[in-house]
Amino acid sequence: MSAEGILSYLVFFFTMAGIYATLCLGLNVQWGYTGLFNIGIAGFFAIGAYTSAILTTPSSPLHLGGFGLPFAVGFLAAGVVSGLLALLIGIPTLRLREDYLAIATIGIAETIRYVLLNEQWLAGGIRGLAGIPFPLRSVLGPRLANYFYLALVLGILALLYIALERGLRSPWGRVLKAIREDEHVASASGKDVFRFRLEALVLGSTVMGFAGSLYAHFVGFISPAAFHPMLTTFIVWVMLIVGGSGNNKGAIAGGYIVWAIWTLTEFVTDFLPSAVATRSASLRVVLIGLLLIVMLLYRPRGFFGEERHVSRALARRAQSGKAEL
Amino acid sequence: MIEVAQLCLYGLVLGSIIVLGAIGLTLTYGILNFANFAHGDMMTLGAYLALFFRFGFGWPLGVSLVAAMIAGAVLAVLIDRAVYRPLRNRGSVTLLIASIGVALIIRNLIRVAWGPDNQYYRQGIQFPIRWHGLRIKPDHLWILGAAFALVLLVHLFLRYTRIGKAMRAMADNRELAMVTGIDTERVVRWTWAIGTALSVAAGFLLGLDTQLFPDMGWNLLLPIFSAVILGGIGSPYGAMAGGLIIGLTQELSTLFLSTAYKPVVAFVIMIFLLLIRPGGIFQTGGAVKL
Repeated sequence: MSAEGILSYLVFFFTMAGIYATLCLGLNVQWGYTGLFNIGIAGFFAIGAYTSAILTTPSSPLHLGGFGLPFAVGFLAAGVVSGLLALLIGIPTLRLREDYLAIATIGIAETIRYVLLNEQWLAGGIRGLAGIPFPLRSVLGPRLANYFYLALVLGILALLYIALERGLRSPWGRVLKAIREDEHVASASGKDVFRFRLEALVLGSTVMGFAGSLYAHFVGFISPAAFHPMLTTFIVWVMLIVGGSGNNKGAIAGGYIVWAIWTLTEFVTDFLPSAVATRSASLRVVLIGLLLIVMLLYRPRGFFGEERHVSRALARRAQSGKAEL
Repeated sequence: MIEVAQLCLYGLVLGSIIVLGAIGLTLTYGILNFANFAHGDMMTLGAYLALFFRFGFGWPLGVSLVAAMIAGAVLAVLIDRAVYRPLRNRGSVTLLIASIGVALIIRNLIRVAWGPDNQYYRQGIQFPIRWHGLRIKPDHLWILGAAFALVLLVHLFLRYTRIGKAMRAMADNRELAMVTGIDTERVVRWTWAIGTALSVAAGFLLGLDTQLFPDMGWNLLLPIFSAVILGGIGSPYGAMAGGLIIGLTQELSTLFLSTAYKPVVAFVIMIFLLLIRPGGIFQTGGAVKL
């Protein structure tokens, strides 16, 4: 492989991993901080991708729209629509046991997939949506546009990271953690547990919608097959658990680590004899499944784990207090 | 009218398959207190094991089914020992996540071993029997009969054996059961064995009705969960009622909706139920938290 080939592969790798890291950040708000068990990630990801695609593609007889709007509009709308969907799911389910939310979210993700598969007028059905515009490709040319897109993804990831860190370190974020640890105590100290949960679910799903939009514009073509619930959802969960749930740095690192492992297993299975190679994709999933179970058994806090202290001011006070003693 | 009756027959066939899956799921859900997402894939594995016994060893179909049920039960106890037991004290959600991992490992090992294509227990088309205008496939009668026999066995087991009574006690109230000196680990092993054997039977009957493919159990998992929640988590009798209701509704929904939306119908019923009667139709499940 030429140097240029390696470079373009690296750009591809960091962009895709960045998109998955964004999904992982969204899940961290829901699960890591608030303890909301969302296994419908693929649904929110798909809704974001399709919303953005329908809004930005040129008008087509094959599906609804397209409306030919700019990328920025599609990106923001992807987050909004995904967040609204989370609101609709959250209202009936967030008062129930946590496993009910799990079943409801996977149900929603499956419903979305069935609708996308069967309603051809809406999103092209099984043939999917093609020709999703790549931002600035016509201005910069394909190579520079790829670099620009990587910078864009990393920039958005950084912005989301900073915003979420601020939010989660604020009193609002502390309430989320309190609810995760013991909702009765949170509720007894006058917090509206249901409302905080709903906010966390909507916020996390909005982030997942953003990730969907980034994905759609990067690959240019989406179809229901790309949003198989177990695969898309599952890998994001493994990322969060490997990185360290409840830690935004861990979420991002987990995204990159697991995507690297996923990519490497592809190289390894490429060396297998061709008779087995057709089934290698399945073997890769088995490996990721084993990774998850090994992490759960032997390193449940992930590589990074959650930071123990609640606020930096308190930690500083504890430090200086020790020094005085 | 005859069309509705025909759909009711299909609904009963599908419903009895869902019932077998739902009894196993509701028992593990109630007794081990977690939603086992690997249940559908154990169904699939069971169906393929029976296929292996049928064609690998050349055993008759019925013998292959029994062998697959035993093999599935043993395998489930082994998986419990290796994965779930060490995680037992870490809360229901950790177990749920682990079960998703187990589900994907099983399904993809099936893909590796048997490939992604459809497989059949036997070749050729069965000609339906005509009865008062109804078309009845002989296999449908077998499915209904086998499901009924198994449900009856489960009923006798739960009612009259010590271990069956202990299982119901643990599903009702875990702490109370432990106080009365029930050996909980033994009950857990039996729960896995019985629940998985039933799900293997469900997978086998599903394969007999249509065909075997790696996603078959996963595709049925949402309807099975709907049946479990409909009947109240932990209640095997509720699961029987829930399974039949879900099966019938799914088939009858094809009068108004595209058949592609059958699984979605089950899910919509479940959401409405969660809204108005979160403990299931008999209000036996403990769903309301806040």
